[in-house]
Amino acid sequence: MARFAYWLKLAALLGVAVTFAAIPLRQATADAKLPGLENRKGDKCVEDVDIIRRNHPDLLKHHRIETLRHGIRTTKYSLKGCVECHASAKTGSVASAKDDFCVTCHAYAGVQLDCWDCHASKPKTKPVQATEQQASPTMNPVQTGGANQ
Amino acid sequence: MTTSHKPDRRDFLKTGAVVAGAAIAPGILFYGIAQGRAPEEGASSLVRWGMLIDTSKCANGCSACVNACNHENGLSGKTGPQDSQWIRKLNIKHLQTGIEHNLPMLCQHCANPPCVDVCPTGASMKRADGIVLVDRHICIGCRYCMMACPYKARSFVHEPLSDQNPDVPRGKGCVEACTFCVQRVDRDEQPACVEACNADGHQAMLFGDLRNPESAIAKAMKAYASVEVRGDLGLNTGVRYQGI
Repeated sequence: MARFAYWLKLAALLGVAVTFAAIPLRQATADAKLPGLENRKGDKCVEDVDIIRRNHPDLLKHHRIETLRHGIRTTKYSLKGCVECHASAKTGSVASAKDDFCVTCHAYAGVQLDCWDCHASKPKTKPVQATEQQASPTMNPVQTGGANQ
Repeated sequence: MTTSHKPDRRDFLKTGAVVAGAAIAPGILFYGIAQGRAPEEGASSLVRWGMLIDTSKCANGCSACVNACNHENGLSGKTGPQDSQWIRKLNIKHLQTGIEHNLPMLCQHCANPPCVDVCPTGASMKRADGIVLVDRHICIGCRYCMMACPYKARSFVHEPLSDQNPDVPRGKGCVEACTFCVQRVDRDEQPACVEACNADGHQAMLFGDLRNPESAIAKAMKAYASVEVRGDLGLNTGVRYQGI
């Protein structure tokens, strides 16, 4: 009996501890400021935003092998295409300032970006002006919970 | 008969042919179109890109090809020991007779490239159409290929770079060399050096498909004697020289 009481107490203690530990964690998640990805041209990416968000490294890696090794120069998943659409109107680049498209998200996720050591982070042509960039729910990562295009 | 007033297939094709014939003005050269390939179509081993350089037409003191290469590929143009040079102008003199030759030296795009043989990671590679390239994504910068190349055609990037040409990614820690301007070749254009040489009126460089007997380069190589530099090494170079 004494043994049962001991286990009961331990379980209750653990339960309380877990509950209290979870509260600040949930608050932190709710309060976290997600990166804003406002820099873009047009209102549709080459794939659904969910797919792009999770798989863009794989898509880019596959495409780089196709292009460099096999000479296939389709533009759908080309890094140059990303840059042309997502270069910031302010800096003209996807990675030269804190608010630029690639940097905001990669800083948030804590993933180092090596692409721009070699690749140009600015398009050849000038990016679109800020007036064309309207707030569209499809590309807004906050609250919508994924792609709905 | 209900079909009599309907345009029949044969008539349609005939009309189509006449319209097409009228639309194609005589004298339009379809060479470029015939050579071009779709973007989703990869480099083919039915093609082998090569270059024929006529040293008798290569002018002393002219550096049009070098400047064009630097501009196209975003090189600094400096010629120090740590600067990238994808194409160099050489002046060679025969010690006995005193005869001098000018020639541009670049990656020879060998069929049996020693740089590819020695690469420990597979970064140094030859494309199906014979263009030898470095995959910078997996180059570890060991520089074995630079030691293996008999032509000193490769360079190592020692310092961080910025403002690269979007078509030509380059960066610190990787080996690089002439790519035959692969970004232009895939667009069905000539390498920048060849274009510049022609624009200057020297016409010393001829670029084309060695496997196509109808191409200008194949015809020229059939008509005139040309040599490989260090042909004794049996590398089967894609760049050949005339007049040395």
